[in-house]
Amino acid sequence: MGAHHDTHDHGHSAGSHDHGSHASYIKGFILSVILTALPFGLVMAGGFENRLLTVALIVGFAVVQILIHMVYFLHMTAKHEEGWTLMSTLFTLIVVVIMLAGSIWVMYHMNTNMMPKMNHEALQGFGS
Amino acid sequence: MADVPGAQPTTFLLGRLNWDAIPKDPIIWVTFAAVVLGGIVVLGALTKYRLWGYLWKEWFTSVDHKKIGIMYIALALVMFVRGFADALMMRLQQVWAFNGSEGYLNSHHYDQVFTAHGVIMIFFVAMPFITGLMNYLVPLQIGARDVSFPFLNNFSFWMTVGGAVITMASLFIGEFAQTGWLAFPPLSGLQSSPYVGVDYYIWGLQVAGVGTTLSGINLLVTILKMRAPGMTMMRLPIFTWTSLCANVLIVASFPVLTMTLILLTLDRYLGTAFFTNEAGGNSMMYVNLIWIWGHPEVYILILPLFGVFSEVTSTFSGKRLFGYSSMVYATVCITILSYVVWLHHFFTMGSGASVNAFFGITTMIISIPTGAKLFNWLFTMYKGRIRYELPMMWTLAFMLTFTVGGMTGVLLAVPPADFVLHNSLFLVAHFHNVIIGGVLFGLFAAINFWWPKAFGFRLNVFWGKVSFWFWVVGFWMAFMPLYVLGLMGVTRRLRVFEDPSYQIWFGVAAFGAVLIAVGIAAMFVQFGVSIWKRNDPAMRDETGDPWDGRTLEWATSSPPPDYNFAFTPVSHGLDTWWDMKREGAARPVGKYHAIHMPKNTGTGVVLSAIATVFGMAMIWYIWWLAVLSFAGLVVVAIWHTFNYNRDFYIPVTEIEAKEAARTKQLQAAAGV
Amino acid sequence: MSVFSPANPAALYAENNPEAVAKYWDQSEHHPEEGASTPLGFWVYLMSDCLMFAVLFAVYGVLGTSYAAGPGPKALFDLNLVAINTAMLLFSSITFGFAMLAMYAGQKGKTLGWLFVTLLFGLAFLGIELYEFYHLIQEGAGPGRSAFLSSFFVLVGTHGLHVTFGSIWLITLMVQLAQKGITVANIRRMNCLSMFWHFLDVIWIGVFTFVYLLGMI
Repeated sequence: MGAHHDTHDHGHSAGSHDHGSHASYIKGFILSVILTALPFGLVMAGGFENRLLTVALIVGFAVVQILIHMVYFLHMTAKHEEGWTLMSTLFTLIVVVIMLAGSIWVMYHMNTNMMPKMNHEALQGFGS
Repeated sequence: MADVPGAQPTTFLLGRLNWDAIPKDPIIWVTFAAVVLGGIVVLGALTKYRLWGYLWKEWFTSVDHKKIGIMYIALALVMFVRGFADALMMRLQQVWAFNGSEGYLNSHHYDQVFTAHGVIMIFFVAMPFITGLMNYLVPLQIGARDVSFPFLNNFSFWMTVGGAVITMASLFIGEFAQTGWLAFPPLSGLQSSPYVGVDYYIWGLQVAGVGTTLSGINLLVTILKMRAPGMTMMRLPIFTWTSLCANVLIVASFPVLTMTLILLTLDRYLGTAFFTNEAGGNSMMYVNLIWIWGHPEVYILILPLFGVFSEVTSTFSGKRLFGYSSMVYATVCITILSYVVWLHHFFTMGSGASVNAFFGITTMIISIPTGAKLFNWLFTMYKGRIRYELPMMWTLAFMLTFTVGGMTGVLLAVPPADFVLHNSLFLVAHFHNVIIGGVLFGLFAAINFWWPKAFGFRLNVFWGKVSFWFWVVGFWMAFMPLYVLGLMGVTRRLRVFEDPSYQIWFGVAAFGAVLIAVGIAAMFVQFGVSIWKRNDPAMRDETGDPWDGRTLEWATSSPPPDYNFAFTPVSHGLDTWWDMKREGAARPVGKYHAIHMPKNTGTGVVLSAIATVFGMAMIWYIWWLAVLSFAGLVVVAIWHTFNYNRDFYIPVTEIEAKEAARTKQLQAAAGV
Repeated sequence: MSVFSPANPAALYAENNPEAVAKYWDQSEHHPEEGASTPLGFWVYLMSDCLMFAVLFAVYGVLGTSYAAGPGPKALFDLNLVAINTAMLLFSSITFGFAMLAMYAGQKGKTLGWLFVTLLFGLAFLGIELYEFYHLIQEGAGPGRSAFLSSFFVLVGTHGLHVTFGSIWLITLMVQLAQKGITVANIRRMNCLSMFWHFLDVIWIGVFTFVYLLGMI
């Protein structure tokens, strides 16, 4: 339905959505502290033998912590603003992933194709 | 221009601004003299007829989306003349500089001309044009009284003006960039471009870019939040849908441009190593990033015009748009796909077969929804009673021209073919084919279609047709030769030529450009004649619905009152106004209520003026002024937030008077 | 078919059908609520800001190993400092949350108090970051040393600039709350600043993970 009706029905918008409670803030905070401390501890302790595992774990912690912040601090829900908040976030996420993965992929291929391992002897001969 | 990089004398007071900044070129002197004379005449006239107060109160400080929309389009038209003058100069140079002749432009000047042409046409013609159009129409089409953030709207407009002022100032003080419209490093780096040209480019675009991004957010939220009751997403007028997608693209791509330019700025000002040749920088990263913005930008430009063509086709065929939902889905598909094709702008970078194949295929895929739209328009016309008014003529010209441009685009999407045609005049012909054939023709259709809504009288048809035919014929004459030249191997941005066999083609192209010039002149004559004869009863639009329209903007008077609608329209389907007319709900009268509206404010003008000063201070290295103006920006912005009193009510009596006058007008038109 | 055609504008007025008019026009007093668009509008702004950071992360992803024979992350970063900084930002997040709760409870003094604590944590964060930058530049590892350091300084610095502007905004809002009290307009502004502040926290998670932690393993 139209936007006018909805805002009308739900009363004042500034505080109409869920704005959390002490309990939810503290819950979010404790979870964040744990999810921050774990990766820091892991890296400070030197990480696992398997570097890939360490990387995956650290990135995993970050992703979970971002979700925690979204839910407990930014109070994001699927229903907020008729779902437009979630929709815009998902769209942004898609663009971010395209931009990050795409740039790294494209530039990696350029570097490997256009800057093959340099042959220094040949280079020295070149142009002299 | 300084000859040695980094060896520019600076003073504390004026940075590197000194007498050497005045160009030594007689062409520029003549232009400067003409601009000064013209400016004195205009300013004198404004003073003589005491229009300053009127302009300031009714226009410059206005937060009314309709007035801001009109101001955007006026800005675009002014800048269009400048951009086209650059185009004519290039055409003349390229037909002249044969057989050992150097032409009439030296390389320093010529390189600025082609850079300025591209920058101005995209950022200060096409962008303000479509932003103005969306500003004017979107709130009317969704039955709203204004955009979500009216003050922000005014501020965005003035920031765009600020960017245009900075860009234009480069003509007379210093120089403009000589790098091409995207200023690729290392050419745009400090070593190769030590003087102010690239800095003008950067700050002009940054100041305008703030406005573009904010107006994108504003219109996006307006469409999501301000729709009339009952107007679900699948009942949105198609122009509003395409505007929504264009604004999504603006919000999700202009930040990329802003950040990329910031990085270039840091390389130039603070000596960072992002895009440099030393210290590990990578100039191709700039190319990569700027095209992540650049390709969505192409669709920002064209999508709203697809909406215009849809509205025009269904109105002048007297039919519902064929395949409304497929049109919506095609638009959404284009929106998302436009983010995965950017590498086709630099296939030749050398990222290899796998990467090029991916982007070649995505590019071919994105042409499918565009093609689907073309069929929708054709099927809308099929068995319709088509009225060949000017907007419809432009639409037909678009369909023919754009299809050719689109097909040459698919050709360029094939990486091996692109390796041959990359940076050739074939590419130049292709993108002019889609941008002129799509964006400009669409804007002309839109001007002819909605002019009566904005001003209450229709545009002169004779001069409109003159303009149309000169434009269309001129376009084909001007750009088809470039395809040929591109296939012959001529690259873009060349100043002199050795092979005399090219000259005939450049001659034809130059002649085409002259025809276009006549078309543009005819368009201004059309405006002039129409304004002159605006009280001719045959041209007046008394009803507010001169074309038998279908969407809500035609449900109010022409021009609409500042509150747009006295009552809130309720939508029960697509083409709400069409339904209203058929069911006899066209003219609601009754008990009016006071209407809540935002107040005008001059803060937008002030902020933009300070931002422009800041830009100029940064360009010329006048650090004290840069610090001062930046602090001024922050202070004025904060000061503005202390004003809590930003709205007022239009009293009932005023609304009653306006609506009664409208009733009278309708009765008089009907001869009752 | 159509009752109305441009040639016959009288139909516009004359053939009004009261039922249809009631169906298509809402004649009640009807004001779109002031500021109803602000939360969504500000969220969309944050999304655009997020894309600016995405560019910086992409740049760091591509150029973050271009040391130009200069120092790399392991030689430069001090994880203890980063951990303290992260703690500052996390504390400021929860204190801002308490400020919001106090505001909704209508307690102006408490709101201002929590905002002040938030500001202190924000300034502490900035101070530590400036110390880190100063230290790096002293070591000859400034932003011009290599593409890696350019992208490091600009990514972290842009986040820092955001915190700076957030702090200026915070002070402004404290003055406005003190002057005007907890009004609808001020609640709206607090909501926006709260989103901004927590958003910066989310960006910081990306920064400490991708720049500092991944750089150190």
